Amino acid sequence: MVQYSKARLDASFAAISDTTRRGVLEQLVRGDASITALADKFHMTLTGMKKHVGVLEDAGLVTTEKVGRVRTCKLGPRRLDEETAWLERYRAMWAARFDTLDDVVEELKRKENIR
Amino acid sequence: MKNETKVERKSDRELVVTRTFDAPARIVFDAWTKPELLKRWWAPKTFGIEMLACEVDARTGGKYRMVFTFTGKDMKPMEFFGKYIEVTPCSRLVWTNEEGVDGAVTTTTFEEKDGKTLVTVSDLYPSKEALDAQIASGATGGACETHQQLDELLVTLK
Repeated sequence: MVQYSKARLDASFAAISDTTRRGVLEQLVRGDASITALADKFHMTLTGMKKHVGVLEDAGLVTTEKVGRVRTCKLGPRRLDEETAWLERYRAMWAARFDTLDDVVEELKRKENIR
Repeated sequence: MKNETKVERKSDRELVVTRTFDAPARIVFDAWTKPELLKRWWAPKTFGIEMLACEVDARTGGKYRMVFTFTGKDMKPMEFFGKYIEVTPCSRLVWTNEEGVDGAVTTTTFEEKDGKTLVTVSDLYPSKEALDAQIASGATGGACETHQQLDELLVTLK
């Protein structure tokens, strides 16, 4: 198995741990898009979308190119390797579990306070 | 705002998940060891799976067995089982995963600080090959369709 640096893994996780950024990647699978179009699509300000695209760019998942006044985004040179993708799915699985556990824990806390 | 769940491949054969809960350890521990509580969160609705059985005897030497089915799919139910090697109330759980060959030993610790509890789940596989095989199989034990879709998406990224 190829070894990846921790910093790189962290950048990948950070990049795809956000719903909007995953949405942007999905969108770009279908075709290139300008930052303005992406901002519209996800009901965001231009500045907000630029930040998201910046994170994806730093992780190597997206590249951008400016032609005239339009900055176009496309999928980056790097796809997540199998291990990174699996670890992210594994993390997401536990996060979903734990977010539900939060509700159970809150309920137990309330019951304890009533007693 | 939810607390962050972190995952790290700590070594060739160890995977570690950490998460903080805003509650004392005894409450979090209860939710991990009482079957009626465990079954409320171990397989959340978003996984697209349904828990058919959750038998848990959380005592040292006690056994557990969980059975899941995919909602609306004609697939054989999945069964997970093993035994508790160590149970220290409010602090530590160690169990085996015996449904397949080369299963991990899972150690879960509960560390309370200022009324919050840090939960650490560590899966220690018998060998690097065993953990690599788990990853290569693609199975996370969660089988969430959304995540499978994400995975497919990520694999298509060039």
